Amino acid sequence: MLRTLSHLRELEAESIFIFREVVASFERPVMLYSIGKDSSVLLQLARKAFFPAKPPFPLLHVDTTWKFQEMYKFRDEYAVKELGLDVRVHVNEEARAAGINPFDHGSRKYTDLTKTVGLKQALTAGKYDAAFGGARRDEEKSRAKERVFSFRDTQHRWEPRAQRPELWNIYNTQVNPGESIRVFPLSNWTELDVWQYIHLEKIPIVPLYFAAQRPIVMRHGVPIMVDDARMRLEPGEVPRMESVRFRTLGCYPLSGAIHSTATTLPEIIREMMIARMSERQGRVIDHDGSGSMEEKKKEGYF
Amino acid sequence: MQDTDLIYTDIDRYLAEHERKDILRFLTCGSVDDGKSTLIGRLLHDVHAVHEDTLAATTRDSKSFGTQSGELDLALLVDGLKAEREQGITIDVAYRSFTTARRKFIIADTPGHEQFTRNMVTGASTSDLAVILIDARSGVVSQTRRHTVITSLLGIQHLIIAVNKMDLVGYSEARFDEIRGQYEAFARQLPSCQMEFVPVVATTGAFVVERSPTMQWYSSATLLELLEHAPVRNATDDGPFRFGVQWVNRPNLDFRGYAGTLASGSVRVGDTVVALPSHKASRVARIVTFDGDLDVAYPPLAITLTLEDEIDLSRGDMLVSKQTLPIVTKEFDATCVWMDDASPLVVGKEYLLKHGVHTTPVTLACVVSRLDIETLAHAAATTLHFNEIGEVSLLAAQPIAFDPYSVIRTTGAAILIDRWTNQTAGALMLRGATPPNARWTAKPRSGAMNVNPSVVTSEERRTRFGTLPRTLLFYGPHGGGKSRLARAVERALFDLGQIAVVLDAHAMRQGLSRDLGFSREDRSENLRRSMEVAKTLNDAGILVLAACSAPDAAVRDAARVLIGEAQFIGVHVDAPHSDDARACDAPQARDLKIGVLDLADEAALGRAVQAVLTTLAPRALQ
Repeated sequence: MLRTLSHLRELEAESIFIFREVVASFERPVMLYSIGKDSSVLLQLARKAFFPAKPPFPLLHVDTTWKFQEMYKFRDEYAVKELGLDVRVHVNEEARAAGINPFDHGSRKYTDLTKTVGLKQALTAGKYDAAFGGARRDEEKSRAKERVFSFRDTQHRWEPRAQRPELWNIYNTQVNPGESIRVFPLSNWTELDVWQYIHLEKIPIVPLYFAAQRPIVMRHGVPIMVDDARMRLEPGEVPRMESVRFRTLGCYPLSGAIHSTATTLPEIIREMMIARMSERQGRVIDHDGSGSMEEKKKEGYF
Repeated sequence: MQDTDLIYTDIDRYLAEHERKDILRFLTCGSVDDGKSTLIGRLLHDVHAVHEDTLAATTRDSKSFGTQSGELDLALLVDGLKAEREQGITIDVAYRSFTTARRKFIIADTPGHEQFTRNMVTGASTSDLAVILIDARSGVVSQTRRHTVITSLLGIQHLIIAVNKMDLVGYSEARFDEIRGQYEAFARQLPSCQMEFVPVVATTGAFVVERSPTMQWYSSATLLELLEHAPVRNATDDGPFRFGVQWVNRPNLDFRGYAGTLASGSVRVGDTVVALPSHKASRVARIVTFDGDLDVAYPPLAITLTLEDEIDLSRGDMLVSKQTLPIVTKEFDATCVWMDDASPLVVGKEYLLKHGVHTTPVTLACVVSRLDIETLAHAAATTLHFNEIGEVSLLAAQPIAFDPYSVIRTTGAAILIDRWTNQTAGALMLRGATPPNARWTAKPRSGAMNVNPSVVTSEERRTRFGTLPRTLLFYGPHGGGKSRLARAVERALFDLGQIAVVLDAHAMRQGLSRDLGFSREDRSENLRRSMEVAKTLNDAGILVLAACSAPDAAVRDAARVLIGEAQFIGVHVDAPHSDDARACDAPQARDLKIGVLDLADEAALGRAVQAVLTTLAPRALQ
């Protein structure tokens, strides 16, 4: 008898296999935890993969210190308190001491120092040899060729020509000391799959994904939420309360909201399907030029 | 039509339906100018899988990079990396997905030029189906044949042949039929699989997703319809149960579970399973998942099994069905695709074999042949270079449990890893345990060479030596007296004025075969060397009496072939009730059977010698 698994169950099984393969093959795995919806799905899959044990690795949050307050709250209440996981937070202290911020230093420099450099610092300090990330192949054109097990040299660099062919579900997990692998269990998932899975599994996500009245100012035609007192307002500018939600979450001054009244997952999914805007449109980072994500990846950006 | 209407009218129903869709993974192959990127771009565009802003960016890019005179170039939707975009070609496998009302699709898009074998094999390894693109102007070209051979090697059972650029051949039905005929003629040489043909125009979209009035003669399915209705083979769950232990889950002293993914077959609570390589049996106590225990599980579910007994099991071991065991061996044959562009395959070198979730050192014992994927001919080879495909034999440090790739894909696949560079050096499709007579049929490593023919005729030799040259193989269990009988025959022939040479397996082991032990393969090799010497002596007109236990009937058959049917005579000498006797195959019907020889009885020995001489007489002593 031949049975076919629904696509979500098949994707789930594939991701669980990847999680287990890494834990069985590497000495010091870690899961990068960005608190976003993809991280929530990743966490759910990790819990399933090792049940009844807890995920046998820590979560690493590279904190730029400019995330939304609701994200910090979600991290502490859900991942740390409710699930009892070992969440390690790393801040690039040099960047913090130098006062690097998204207003004065430009999105590119700010992102490089707080995220890319911060991530490398944390990975080196933790001597992690494998790091799980939530990247998907459908997010951006250059990611369509990314491996599930993405090889990084001792400087955490990604070199397109050094990537190993991946056959069947047999992953080459061999690395030399100091080298590492980034692992993407959600490689074959799409944005719709992620939302659908959250809906099906009732996975908790940060409330910012749902529409609510939030204090907004407009920047380059994009609504930006005034999340705390550090937001630089133009002279005379007053935030207006508007019904918005976020499609991706990052640093609040760089995360564009969209006007919406969607307060349930089906509504969000409907809006997403109808709007047909690329997910990363809200992220300022990709507007730097059409090859920019690829260059960031070479530098070590996730 | 898409199911997008439901998104507006009934999102909950849309979601419920979407949950039930399955996944079809397919591969697209075509050469550089077949318009493959355009076809995929067209497919994504016409099923509305392209976001508005991506489309806007592509429209901009089309003006600077496009090949469609500034018009929207759909190929740019899928050509990703900067380097390749500048070269105007794709250089790596890209994975893209899209969803229709019926199912989710994952496309492995592989380039059709340099490094193409490696990339295509990679893409094909996870695919259920392949779309083979043919340029209607060129028809079936060598690339088409190469692509087809690779999909066949990788076990893809379903092909869709898309004949593109039909607009450039005047939408000609005759041309389409001609290409179809060319392709079918070629594909007949390969193992059969399902094939469907569709004429398309990727640039305009005709018969990709939408129908078109340009080809009224074509009334069958569009490319998308074919894809939507192709059967999905995500696992062979009607096969025997196979489960690789991926990770042992021990959260506390009361729980010991074996986490893994079902590779084949199903498993139920209470089933008897056998652990390999230990061959210990137990019964399934629980099938544990985060969402609750299951009564039964199917591929490709990732589950955790607990067993009723405490048996020693660790990562890489396999749990299998008691009824149908896989092959368990250290010595096995495989079809190998060499993927390392830095160094060729090295015979005798130790690599790491990763088979499922099991990793073990493995030595490349020999390259049997190299496949010419143009002509499908197997040629003698001593190595495989980057992108070459061949038959190899391997020797693993520990036994591995597997099924032939052609039977169960998930348990018959493996990769070779270079231990120095950590590179994935080869892809292996396991075929079976190395047969004991493999070396008998191997092509010379050095290839064919000229050998000067003898200037002495066989008639001259026969006049000189008085015999026709034969090889008698005295075989049977250890201790039966076959060597003693051979010596006695030598004595009798000598007394008759005949020359004979005795080749004793024990004597061989002192010299020519001093590197061999007593494994099945080494015994076979010892006999092969005896037989090569015997053949040389036969060629020189000399009778040979070889004594060797030769327990494998297949090996003796190989010896008969090597010596030549007319020259070879088997003589079976039995021995009473030893373990060795039980390990021997029955003698061949045509052989002379001496039975059990009483070595203390000289008269009995004499009768046996006479029996041998009589067998020889009508041929050798005339």
